[in-house]
Amino acid sequence: MSAELALLGPILAAMLAAATPLLFAALGELVVEKSGVLNLGVEGMMLVGAVCGFAVAVQTGSSTLGFVAGAAAGAGMAALFGVLTLLLLANQVATGLALTLFGVGLSALIGQGFVGIPIADVPELYIPGLTDLPVIGKALFGQDALVYLALAAVPAVHWFLYATRKGLILRAVGENHAAAHALGYKVIRIRFLAVLFGGAMSGMGGAFLSLDYTPMWAEGISSGRGWIALALVVFATWKPGRVLLGAWLFGGVTIAQLHVQGLGIDIPSQLLSMLPYLATVIVLVVISRDVARIRLNAPASLGKVFHPDA
Amino acid sequence: MTLLRLEPRGEASRAMVYATPLLAVALTLVSGFLLFWAMGFDPVKALHAFFIAPLMSVRGLGELAVKATPLVLCAIGLAIGFRANVWNIGAEGQLTLGAITGGGLALAFYGEGGWWLLPLMIVAGMAGGALWAAIPAFLRVRFNASEILTSLMLNYVALHLLNYLMHGPYRDPDGFAFPESRLFEADAVLPLLVAGTRVHLGSLFALLAVGLGWFLMARTFIGFQIKVIGLTPTAAGYAGFNQKKIIWLTLLLSGALAGLAGLGEVAGPIGQMNPTISPGYGYTAIIVAFLGRLHPVGILLAGFLMALSFIGGEAAQIALGLPKAITGVFQGMLLFFLLATDVLIRYRLRFGAKRAVVGRAAA
Repeated sequence: MSAELALLGPILAAMLAAATPLLFAALGELVVEKSGVLNLGVEGMMLVGAVCGFAVAVQTGSSTLGFVAGAAAGAGMAALFGVLTLLLLANQVATGLALTLFGVGLSALIGQGFVGIPIADVPELYIPGLTDLPVIGKALFGQDALVYLALAAVPAVHWFLYATRKGLILRAVGENHAAAHALGYKVIRIRFLAVLFGGAMSGMGGAFLSLDYTPMWAEGISSGRGWIALALVVFATWKPGRVLLGAWLFGGVTIAQLHVQGLGIDIPSQLLSMLPYLATVIVLVVISRDVARIRLNAPASLGKVFHPDA
Repeated sequence: MTLLRLEPRGEASRAMVYATPLLAVALTLVSGFLLFWAMGFDPVKALHAFFIAPLMSVRGLGELAVKATPLVLCAIGLAIGFRANVWNIGAEGQLTLGAITGGGLALAFYGEGGWWLLPLMIVAGMAGGALWAAIPAFLRVRFNASEILTSLMLNYVALHLLNYLMHGPYRDPDGFAFPESRLFEADAVLPLLVAGTRVHLGSLFALLAVGLGWFLMARTFIGFQIKVIGLTPTAAGYAGFNQKKIIWLTLLLSGALAGLAGLGEVAGPIGQMNPTISPGYGYTAIIVAFLGRLHPVGILLAGFLMALSFIGGEAAQIALGLPKAITGVFQGMLLFFLLATDVLIRYRLRFGAKRAVVGRAAA
């Protein structure tokens, strides 16, 4: 087996891992946006999920509990957003920004005692035979359970949105909240549940970063992944399957950036670090230029305030 | 929601427009009290160290003006954009670019400056910020790409660019391995305004921006167009207002102001280039803009309040060993409370079920 081919397995595995936090956060946000709510606080929810997950895992010694705590913390942050935008009718853009600013501060505050503490890595799967397969074995069958959970979430979200009655109602609320309200659906309750789900998924994405991917706590550990997840939803034109595609693309760019130097190409590392963000901008541009497609796919009530009496 | 209901007011309450920022500040203080108490600090002492002690000296007041300067400069520009529904979240990156271009001139002409260097740096700083903001403007106008996401991505790009420069071209050739530039020479430093403080010429620029921002929004046709586009884009379309022009204008303007803020930091209190020019001024400026009601005078007041949160955070860190991150928590809480209480502008709170209210009105 040639040296390049031997490298392919680990690169594939690393790419899948790098895509996982994006996959969690973007799938969550996709459901939120399908219900007609734009939550720009993903970055903040990820950070709080990351620090709470890490703190609980350190205290209890259980990464599973940590992961659950990360999801709960993300949902808690999302609840704050839900109360403000859905019950108190605050502007969604401003509230989402506030959620991120608050999350950056809060996570740093909670995490100050946890900087530099090591944590046991989440164990990886080992399936005799399959994991031992050359090149792809480790990538496909030797990842952490969370990687598979994120992958499984893609068909699950798709099935929920397009094959269940509840999913149909959620999409109806996102398309036309006045009509859904007139039909007797509880617009605010449905949106609140969607927002909570999105928060829990963002929290899981954050917890994956601090418990598994890095694994440690550092201020601002998500470094913009929450925002990239938001861009991924646009890239995917609100379709779960394409979120997976986008997450792999960005996982690939992230890993490529780390490997370029290993290949002996002489570009300063700080400039290479720009790549995922530049890629996000480029992808946004490519997708957004087709205005008709965005308009066709974007939930029609996205970002609009709903008040039953108004 | 039968216990508490929101009843639309016929007309937005002008009193509440002014009252809710004060209400938000009061609620933040109460929450801060509880937060300090929960963290095991004496809440009275902590709040005093945070919000009162820094105001008790000339030096402290001077620092307040120093910190308020970049916040006000960035927030004025952001607010004008927000008025037109142009969501520039990239002030942090535009500020960084202003520092890179303006500060770069100071380093390029090191040892051969003159009276002309500082004005040139100011122009370069504003141009750098405007250039960085031109990217999301172009992508929005030409390709319909969300300026929220593109301007935000560029914040990270700008930070990595600064990091690269500080480890390479901008690093002090006579220094050690530290990622710091040479100290700027006298020709490249903004003059101080008040002896015994670090208040510099940039503060005057911020005041000027407040005045010009007010004039633009209240007294010019462009300002009128901005407001109409923000409130009712369809009406603006019928009136023939050029939305693309407004997107360009607001982004370039806020980029230039943020760039000026960045140049003001490196040519002012910092006096050199380093990798941490801003403790998040560009992000906090978003809060300043909202807290100031997107109005220049309001922004000036909000800028001082947010500056106090930065200084108070540092002071509390020194006096009580409070973690510095508490500043961000306070800032986030304040914005939350403002957004939450803003509901009172357009709605009345009603307690009890709807029928009970109707009954009372009839009686």
